[in-house]
Amino acid sequence: MSVSGPPAQARVVVIGAGIVGNSMAYHLAQQGWREIVLIDKGALPNPGGSTGHASNFIFLTDHSKEMTLFTLDSVRQYKALGVFTQSGGIEVARTAERVEELKRRMASSKAWGIDAELVSPAEVKRLVPYINEDIILGGFSTPAIGTVDSLRAGTLMREKAQAMGALTVVPSTEVVGIDVENGRVRRVRTDQGDIEAEAVVISSGIWSPRIARMAGASIPLSPAVHQMISVGPVPLFADTVGEIKYPIIRDMDTNGYERQHGGDLEVGSYDHRPILWEPDEIPAIGQSKLSPTELPFTKEDFDESLEHALELIPDILGDPSVGIRHAINGLLSLTPDGLPLLGETPEVKGLWSVAAVWIKEAPGIARCVAEWMTSGVPEIDPSGSDIARFYDHQKTRAHIRGRSAEGFNKTYGIVHPREQWESNRRVRVSPFYEREKALAAVFFETAGWERPNWYESNKPLLAEYGDRVMPRRYEWDARWWSPIINAEHLAMRDRVGMVDLSAFAVFDIAGTCALDYMQKMCVVQMNLPVGRVIYTSLLNPAGGIKADLTVMRLGTNHFRVVTGGADGMRDRKWFADHLPEDEAVQLTDLTSSWATIGVWGPRARDLLQSITDADVSNEGFPFGTCRFIDLGSVRALASRISYVGELGWEVYVPFEQGARLWDAIWDAGQPHHIAPVGIGVYGTTGRLEKCYRAYGNELEQEFNLVETGLARPQVKPQDFIGKEAYLKQRAEPPAVTLCTLTVDDNTSRSGFKRFMMGREPVLSAQGKRIVDRHGRGSYVTSAGSGPSVGKTILMTFLPPEQAKVGTRLAVEYFGEQYPVTVAVVGPTPLFDPQNARVRS
Amino acid sequence: MILAFIEQVDGAPTLLSLEVLTMAARLARNMDVPLDAVAIGPNGAAARGILTSYRVGTLHLADDLRLAAYAPAAWAHTIAELADRINAKVVIGTASDRGGEVMAHLAARMTLPLAANCTEIVPGDAFIVTRQRWGGSLLEEAHLKGRVKLLTLAPHALTAEASPNRTEVATQTFAPVLDDKDFRVRLIPQVEADSGKISLAQARVVIGGGRGVGSAEGFATLEELADLLGGAVGCSRVVTSLGWRPHADQVGQTGTRIAPDLYIACGISGAIQHMVGCRAAKHILAINTDPTAPIVKQADYAVIGDVQKVLSAVNAEIRRAKSGHERMVTEAPAG
Amino acid sequence: MPMNVLVCVKRVPATAGQITLTPDAQEIDTRYLGFTISPHEECAVEEAVRMIETHGGSSTVLTLGPEAAVDQLRDAMALGIERAILLETDGREWDPVATAAAIVEAIEAERAAGRSYDLVMFGNESADSAGYQVGVRVAGTLDLPCVTGIKAIEIDQGRAAVRRQTESGWETAEVALPAVLTVKEGLNLPRYPSLPGRLKAKKKEIERITPHWQDGGLEKIRLKLPVQAEHKVEILGKNGDVGAEMVEVFQRLRLL
Repeated sequence: MSVSGPPAQARVVVIGAGIVGNSMAYHLAQQGWREIVLIDKGALPNPGGSTGHASNFIFLTDHSKEMTLFTLDSVRQYKALGVFTQSGGIEVARTAERVEELKRRMASSKAWGIDAELVSPAEVKRLVPYINEDIILGGFSTPAIGTVDSLRAGTLMREKAQAMGALTVVPSTEVVGIDVENGRVRRVRTDQGDIEAEAVVISSGIWSPRIARMAGASIPLSPAVHQMISVGPVPLFADTVGEIKYPIIRDMDTNGYERQHGGDLEVGSYDHRPILWEPDEIPAIGQSKLSPTELPFTKEDFDESLEHALELIPDILGDPSVGIRHAINGLLSLTPDGLPLLGETPEVKGLWSVAAVWIKEAPGIARCVAEWMTSGVPEIDPSGSDIARFYDHQKTRAHIRGRSAEGFNKTYGIVHPREQWESNRRVRVSPFYEREKALAAVFFETAGWERPNWYESNKPLLAEYGDRVMPRRYEWDARWWSPIINAEHLAMRDRVGMVDLSAFAVFDIAGTCALDYMQKMCVVQMNLPVGRVIYTSLLNPAGGIKADLTVMRLGTNHFRVVTGGADGMRDRKWFADHLPEDEAVQLTDLTSSWATIGVWGPRARDLLQSITDADVSNEGFPFGTCRFIDLGSVRALASRISYVGELGWEVYVPFEQGARLWDAIWDAGQPHHIAPVGIGVYGTTGRLEKCYRAYGNELEQEFNLVETGLARPQVKPQDFIGKEAYLKQRAEPPAVTLCTLTVDDNTSRSGFKRFMMGREPVLSAQGKRIVDRHGRGSYVTSAGSGPSVGKTILMTFLPPEQAKVGTRLAVEYFGEQYPVTVAVVGPTPLFDPQNARVRS
Repeated sequence: MILAFIEQVDGAPTLLSLEVLTMAARLARNMDVPLDAVAIGPNGAAARGILTSYRVGTLHLADDLRLAAYAPAAWAHTIAELADRINAKVVIGTASDRGGEVMAHLAARMTLPLAANCTEIVPGDAFIVTRQRWGGSLLEEAHLKGRVKLLTLAPHALTAEASPNRTEVATQTFAPVLDDKDFRVRLIPQVEADSGKISLAQARVVIGGGRGVGSAEGFATLEELADLLGGAVGCSRVVTSLGWRPHADQVGQTGTRIAPDLYIACGISGAIQHMVGCRAAKHILAINTDPTAPIVKQADYAVIGDVQKVLSAVNAEIRRAKSGHERMVTEAPAG
Repeated sequence: MPMNVLVCVKRVPATAGQITLTPDAQEIDTRYLGFTISPHEECAVEEAVRMIETHGGSSTVLTLGPEAAVDQLRDAMALGIERAILLETDGREWDPVATAAAIVEAIEAERAAGRSYDLVMFGNESADSAGYQVGVRVAGTLDLPCVTGIKAIEIDQGRAAVRRQTESGWETAEVALPAVLTVKEGLNLPRYPSLPGRLKAKKKEIERITPHWQDGGLEKIRLKLPVQAEHKVEILGKNGDVGAEMVEVFQRLRLL
């Protein structure tokens, strides 16, 4: 029943009027959209989704830059709406390990420019008089933390969009179908009538998977229970004015929080067993006692949390006159990797997902997606949250449930940057997998692939290289790491190594207009001789870096694109989105057809020559070329290129012949003492010594080619996406330049040598934040060992004043500042600066 | 033989008792057995006149002065003895507080099952009864066994129908053999001073408030409307639990059941426990922000919106209408 | 004078705006529902706790139900009841005769073990099956006086003075203890459980008795939902613009 039915036409229909849908409606209106329809099954202002029961507090610091930027923008917006109450917030530590983690959070705060400090238990007690300071070791306090009225914020944003004449709100109307024609969304069907629309935004929270399925798309999230109780009346709060006066406490080690809410104290937990629901099982509005997302409280799951809360807040929670007045199993959205699901769905054009978004980041994300929908160029780079990132297997129920359950208890966890998932492993394995297992490979996962990170069978190399492997004695730094990585690195540089690269995403671009299309997509000249292989960047229209990859020209009208496994699906969508409509160019995903081994090192040529009749001499097979050659009984596509700075080839073979290729190289490698080499070398040590950039670390839409040092001397005459912006970027001095730093002294006060991992703040030698003219702070984009140079290597963007070789700076790591020096400005390699090895 | 236990006030059977007689008469016809009635307490004999329209053969009256006051165990003992004596196969009473209580005592004394709040009764070796659960939001079909079938009839399960053909009703007085123990509990009526307030149960208009009223203070607008319309203010269970209103104001399964001409439900979602209490209202007007709220679906009129905004507007409108009316009245002679 | 109080409670679903049945029509579909103690009994629990706070003595809560009913026993203990007894069933419904017999059996076993009760409290009727008789039956079998529908209790000198509401006012009664009282919501405003209460209750032992099933003579065949007459709602309007429309309705109904 609705007071007025929906309009028959709209430019965009936003489905779901929680904080996300309302924010989307507002930002689309701000971006100039009109004829926006906001629809919800429930009534307003609280239609019954997760917004209605959210605890509504906002902690600012996340180790992820993307999420922190979304949060900071959201707080700005909430403040502008007048719905933000600043209370401060403190994460407290009960364990020594957590104290360390809080130092790491301090570092992230500095990197992202958030004022915070580490405080003593006594100081926590001063700020939060009801806390039991005896059981805590310290706190991480952020004064700018606060709470919001998310329902009010939603209402205000809705009203603003309505005042602009841009929005029609249709509550109490259920979406029953979404029509798709020719791969593009056309129509939203509701129980009150159909709406023709050019674009549809799914901001339906835990119901998003159901709505997406109506259009044949996937939004891989799982509804999960977060338990929350409200106790009161708290005598101490009787005289406080407003919703909250005391800082919010996060009891990190027990996955709980306590926050004042008027006369009550809210206690929430992420400590209990993961309780996942299916999107189809959620009760209807009438079937639920409170709301569909406020399910009956299951007490036994919360008992342990109660005990923890009682330990920390005994004065309030131990008071027998303070009762549990409200308790729910609130539903929220979890995703397989803990990040939101944003952007156009890869399955359906015009169908956008803005799902798995929490209160703290919703308005910021909405602004980002609205910009993305409007110009294609959001200010904050949403690549980490791009819904196009998932491979099909990552959209299965089994994967979503497995990872969501595993991720739930990491909500407040101390998550090591290299930490691996345990659930749903061994989904994608290369044909070399059994061989690798036999060599005691330690597998890390990338996009579902099992990739050896190092091989325990290489342990004997440790004796050979001694301290050159830069051993790590501090447990945290050595976690999910092995000195064998550095030994493999040295063995490769000394002799030869073989690397499983089957996780590469491989796309063929073919057709009569393939060249024109590739010219449009890529920054570098694509009109190359057949048999050339080249590295190129792809830009967005604003000149932000959308992707970096290699391209082989296999025929006049045939290009092969190779990109990283982690970026593969996002890159594929970018390519697919720009295919001409007349089908003059086809994109074929060959990822599952080709297995790849990289063979690199001074002896790579000798090795290869021993099993092929083809001429693999420098003249016969120059750097930057590719062609098919026979290796024993296997015909392989060899591509002379390197991401580790050594002579060698990437060798591609049909998947089913992979094992045969492995054996051929392995056997031929024995006289050369070949080492199997893991991704620890390929992805970190090898590339860092060569100052090669990595997408997601140095390369992202927020930085441009000039800043990253990837601008070429010439710009090709052909048009390409982002060219105009790129030309402008070249014409002005860069705000920052990507530099390579080396750590002067790794020794900490405790005497341990410490090893950074990335995302640490880069400070002046005096310990001051370094900020560029756009307000971006300097932080470590990549960090790792450089065994061949004997130094810890860091990359960072620095403003011109600091971007000078020899500048002495500092990096903060676990509360201590380490002296570092700018070793390289721009792309010149630290190791083998002339690239003699690669071109030998 | 079917025995109907009727309650009467000064000789006038209650409406629920007439409903019981109607049902009992149908059963008697169905089973082809006679129907007797029993009345306990003062002036029972005076009920005879009305019973002539309900096919009652004999009206049994208990002769024991001690029964004048309500003593549930003694009343049940009395009926049990009578049922034995007349070989009743069915004893049926009302599901009023008192009827239910006496029938429960009777069942305990006779060690027989009792089906409470029946809406339909199909005789047989075992009876098939339909009875109310959850205050009538749910029905249960059940077999009722026992050598004597004991039942209470749900209020308003049927309409009391007086037969146009009156029959002769004999009265018979009997003296039950009662034990002192049966009088361990006597209920003494306590008349309260008239507060001058219209009681919820009897008000023509009830304005009920739920969580949507917002606060205890928010009830001021409801009180104002009640004053303007001459009605009473009620509330939902949530409101009582929150301590915003006393339990005496609660409408619902565990509160008061109301039957006004108009029930104005303000910010009440309409949980079944609440609807049970207001089902007898002739009309329901729901004020709710949620057009899909259960209360809206069961209402005759609905206003979609915030309780305070809506009531402020309507209170102002009534005052305007009234003052306009008064102005006309006062101005008329001058014109 | 210290007293021993027994409160009998029932685990019932906390129903929402609409009731849905299981496919076999034997139960309410409780997939989305929590469970609670019947509202009347919540007041009985509160009253028992207050009595012991005032007069001293001991309080015990008893329920007949499935293992899951331990939840409701712990809820009662979280509010201050000291002991709990579960008459454990296999989950099927016991009719009032069978229920009362099982409770009597338990009370007699308690008495044999040296624990006799001065007061046994029930709700006036359970929220779900609403038989309106278990308390009365238990009183009958134990030969105790019984008052139903109580909204006020005062204990003094081994006697209970009680009050209950009628359509026209109030009725009072006075009984000597031991007695059975069945109470109604409104008797008091039950407290919320405190955290220490919950945690203490969690650690307490639940005494279990397997009761003997008997055929009580009232056998559920199936449940059904009442037929809802097709209903038309007249939407008068939205928010503040409806004053006139509402006044017109009041006039139509002759309320103005």
